[in-house]
Amino acid sequence: MIAAPLAQAGEGFVRDRSGDAGSCVARDGVCPDWIADNLDRYVDPLLRHVLLTVVALAIGFAIAFALGLLAHRRRWLVAPIVQVTGILYTIPSLALFFLLLPLTGRGFLTAEIALVSYTLLIIFRNVIAGLDGVPADAVDAARGMGLTDREVLWRVELPLAVPEIAAGLRIAATTTVGLASLAFFAGAGGLGDPLYADLNFKSNVLVAGGLCVLLAIVLDLAVLAGQRVLTPWTRVAR
Amino acid sequence: MTVLADLGVFGDAIELLFHAQESRTGGAEIGGPGQFLELTGRHLLLTVTAILLASAVALPLGLALGHRRRGGFLAITVSNVGRAVPSLVLIALFVAFLGVGFTNVALALTLLAIPPILTNAYVGVTQVDPEVLDAARGQGLTERQVLRQVELPLALPLIFAGLRTSTVNVIATATIAPVAGYVTLGDPIISQAVYGDAGRLAAAIVVALLAIVAELSLGAAQRAATPAPLRARTRLVRRPRAPILLRKGTTP
Repeated sequence: MIAAPLAQAGEGFVRDRSGDAGSCVARDGVCPDWIADNLDRYVDPLLRHVLLTVVALAIGFAIAFALGLLAHRRRWLVAPIVQVTGILYTIPSLALFFLLLPLTGRGFLTAEIALVSYTLLIIFRNVIAGLDGVPADAVDAARGMGLTDREVLWRVELPLAVPEIAAGLRIAATTTVGLASLAFFAGAGGLGDPLYADLNFKSNVLVAGGLCVLLAIVLDLAVLAGQRVLTPWTRVAR
Repeated sequence: MTVLADLGVFGDAIELLFHAQESRTGGAEIGGPGQFLELTGRHLLLTVTAILLASAVALPLGLALGHRRRGGFLAITVSNVGRAVPSLVLIALFVAFLGVGFTNVALALTLLAIPPILTNAYVGVTQVDPEVLDAARGQGLTERQVLRQVELPLALPLIFAGLRTSTVNVIATATIAPVAGYVTLGDPIISQAVYGDAGRLAAAIVVALLAIVAELSLGAAQRAATPAPLRARTRLVRRPRAPILLRKGTTP
């Protein structure tokens, strides 16, 4: 029952079993030699995974950030936006891929729609929380200095909200890396492809899974680094 | 039925949910309310098992650490590591190193469910206003009473939020349990060759509904469990920002 989709999902990623029966590879073991010889085969899925994740984060951030700015001034928008994005966030990704398939077909677009829809709630909530957390004194001071509403937003409120917004982006980044590992079900590739193609082979699971975890950590640190650059005063204060 | 026909494959999927058909490969009977109810039952059994196991580990630990205001690093690290390991990778590691079957899948899902429950229980307890705790201790409550009668009720909204996150997450991930040898609602999705596009879509619809129902009902449970005075405002938990006092006569 499980054989059919395995062959379909893992196309082009079949392990060479021609070695002798007692070898490490034939025993599904952890084989350093095999890993060293085959590491290059994971480069394309990894790059595809990075692309899936980064595009989803960029689009998701753009939408959620715009919604956040919109709802910051019109508070009544917060509840409906949270409800709608909350429902999108609740639908399991695997289910959403297949709900979208009849509409958008197999491929990158279907995967991206699902991945983007998961980032919205996380980022939106943190944009709103970040803007709400700005001390009223700071806004008062800025107004007292004669800044317009727009200047207050871009030069006072948003910079002070950066840590909270970045925290949301970090959660979204690690979550998206995880969900992108299921994107191959929608025919969009990624590290899930080789991982799923040979679930019993320990070497394969360690390399593909390890790259997923590594990618999540690297993206997390990248956002953290970006936050540091954007908030120089938090370092000077120490 | 004409309406369903107009819906294309969505109509076929809904049709399959309510009426069993012969599978495309012939022989076996697929679909119908009986089969989907059974798959849903298996899906829920796996979910409930994982959530109960995870709660048994994470709730006492989170509450105890929170009460002592210690181990914050542990709680945060567990949640960060938990997020960095994708659910498919976790299942794959269990399959490759421990093998397939209900117990292994349930344990993998338990590991997946622990971080949100642990972190939320910890944060829920630690964010209780220190003045409330002082008042409780001043009235002569023992540490155990403080935890059970003051901190736990005030932390309940966040504890339920953690349970909700984990449950929805586990329902989603239980969809890939068939690759680890335990058939759930994910089976029609993964074994598309047997169930066809309609079967796959039907299962996707049921899984999505299951997750949304779980989210909504746990949200309702969260509101019901929240002590009445906290429902309107979270005043006892989060202190309001200090009002700006204009002190006339004092020079800055």
